[in-house]
Amino acid sequence: MSEELLQIRHLKKQFGETVVLKDLNLTVHRGEVLVIVGPSGCGKSTLLRCINALEPIQGGEVLLQGQQIAQNSKNLTALRQKIGMVFQSYDLFPHLTVLDNILLAPVKVQKRNREEVKKEAIELLERVGLKDKADRYPRQLSGGQKQRVAIVRALCMHPEILLFDEVTAALDPEMVREVLDVMLNLAAQGRTMLIVTHEMQFARAVADRVLFLEDGEILEDSPPDVFFEHPQTERAQQFLNVFTFKNVNKK
Amino acid sequence: MNWEFILKYLPLYQKAAWLTLRIGLAGVLLAVAVGLLCAAIQYYRVPVLRGVAAVYIELSRNTPLLVQLFFIYYGLPKVGIKTDAAACGIAGLAFLGGSYMAEAFRSGLEAVEPIQTESAVSLGLNRYQTMRYVVLPQAVSISVPAFVANVIFLLKETSVFSAISLMDLMFTAKDLIGLYYKTTESLFLLVVFYLIILLPVSVLGSLLERKVRYAGFGT
Amino acid sequence: MPDLGLEVLLKGKNMIRLLGGLGAALRISLIAVILSIPLGILMGVLMTWKNPVTKALFRIYLEFIRIMPQMVLLFLVYFGTTRSFGWDLSGESASILVFTLWGTAEMGDLVRGALISIPRHQYESSEALGMSKVQTYRYIIIPQTLRRLIPLSINLITRMIKTTSLVLMIGVVEVLKVAQQIIEANRMSSPNAAFGIYLTVFILYFIACWPISLLARYLEKRWR
Repeated sequence: MSEELLQIRHLKKQFGETVVLKDLNLTVHRGEVLVIVGPSGCGKSTLLRCINALEPIQGGEVLLQGQQIAQNSKNLTALRQKIGMVFQSYDLFPHLTVLDNILLAPVKVQKRNREEVKKEAIELLERVGLKDKADRYPRQLSGGQKQRVAIVRALCMHPEILLFDEVTAALDPEMVREVLDVMLNLAAQGRTMLIVTHEMQFARAVADRVLFLEDGEILEDSPPDVFFEHPQTERAQQFLNVFTFKNVNKK
Repeated sequence: MNWEFILKYLPLYQKAAWLTLRIGLAGVLLAVAVGLLCAAIQYYRVPVLRGVAAVYIELSRNTPLLVQLFFIYYGLPKVGIKTDAAACGIAGLAFLGGSYMAEAFRSGLEAVEPIQTESAVSLGLNRYQTMRYVVLPQAVSISVPAFVANVIFLLKETSVFSAISLMDLMFTAKDLIGLYYKTTESLFLLVVFYLIILLPVSVLGSLLERKVRYAGFGT
Repeated sequence: MPDLGLEVLLKGKNMIRLLGGLGAALRISLIAVILSIPLGILMGVLMTWKNPVTKALFRIYLEFIRIMPQMVLLFLVYFGTTRSFGWDLSGESASILVFTLWGTAEMGDLVRGALISIPRHQYESSEALGMSKVQTYRYIIIPQTLRRLIPLSINLITRMIKTTSLVLMIGVVEVLKVAQQIIEANRMSSPNAAFGIYLTVFILYFIACWPISLLARYLEKRWR
């Protein structure tokens, strides 16, 4: 087995009295693609946000390559650079062009040479089919284009691991595909990814492991074929049933 | 209309307009400084100072400038704080305008979506960089319309300065009406000079608003 | 304890006189508000008409009133119209006239803004539900307009109350004028009265305006 990149131990998260994640344990190896599914409100998004220390946690720890990530970590900004995150929507900076959105962090935070990063950014944009949009502002792009830019922006930081938080949930159906294709490509390149999604077909295609989360607990952790064909728990079975329809054709 | 009269007293109005403009601009600049300070205190939730800023904003927004000026100019000297009329005008304008500017800046800062900060820190930007490159540019552009409205509002408010015997445009007009009964001419000059001061500000303001409208989401 | 000139307040009827002065200021703003609301609603509705002539006229009226300091408007009406029309306008009537002209313009713009802020689909979906024009306005458009309008108009009232302090300058006896008289009358016995009296005026205005501001803010939050 390859290197253990991310370790989550006894993670506990609550909002006030409501426990969102209870004693959650998880290990992610380099090159693995994990898809996290579960009913809304089960804590999927919160889990991703805890990994990036966007939320304070009430117990346990999150380790990236053995280093603890918490809101009070001294080298938090350095650690966050190793974690790329793409949100549901509205996360591009509206006052910057596509290119400046991508260059901001590599140039200002990592102090890399602007021209070199620019070259890399243009290459990546070309790969996601958006080279001609480099000088546009986010408001001039469609939802699917914005999300592809957000992915490129994360990639340009050379992260060790990528987090995707329902990145297609706010998109029109015809734009979902173009974003998922980009993610499939990344998976094929061997990137380490944690993906929260409601797209079950996509989950099945992209995942190495599927995690089923409910009420703040991981109820299943299995390869996609096992999860989708023979879910171990009744809860998971019920959840999957939501995505199938009975035929009511009266003819 | 007596054009001879108008030409004769034009320089007097020019002088008065210049005074109005100087005091007005100084007051606006100070108001911006006070406003920035208060907005920062409220945005970062600085303990104690936050309460002070809140009380100041309520007091300043719920009392008229004229009353503030009377208190500063006639009241405060009795407890040993003496100001000349010009300094009093500037101080009054800053006291009044500071709260309006603070509200403009604060609502600009608060209008920046939390996810913007989150994506910035996710990219590894520190607090300062997040403020400098992500939050501030958006907050400023959101604040511009309110800021422009405040500048015009404050410049208009300067019209009460004659009450503390500053020889501004109102003072000049009232003086000429009293001395020569040339009411029409005096008022005509008064309106023209206020238009000369306020119209360019208003036009520049709308141009500025159009220029910075890049922020804001959607299409 | 330094002499803050507060004892003057307790002398004779001074406090009552100050309150009377505030009453005069509030009366002017109250009358102006009562006149401005119906006129402003009328103007706001007329401003949404597509007729270019009425549109331009209202626009010019609004912009002129907006860009001129209220002090200048007071001078124009008080000194200007008495001169050119030869009528004898009291300071108080001139103030009410100016505040009504100003209030109507501001109110009109608020009403226009509230009306055009109702999205098209609100009209369309009520039509799709089979509502008549009257029903659409009665149940859908007017309630939504009011929710946007009321907090803003309440704010306008505080602005008007604050602006009444200006009528001192055209000789109306209001709270600042009364304050000046009291300070003048007690110049010998309480040389520091200016501090206490003007502070009291400051507080009186605050007490008059603050609750109204709070109400406006509360409604704005609640109806957002």
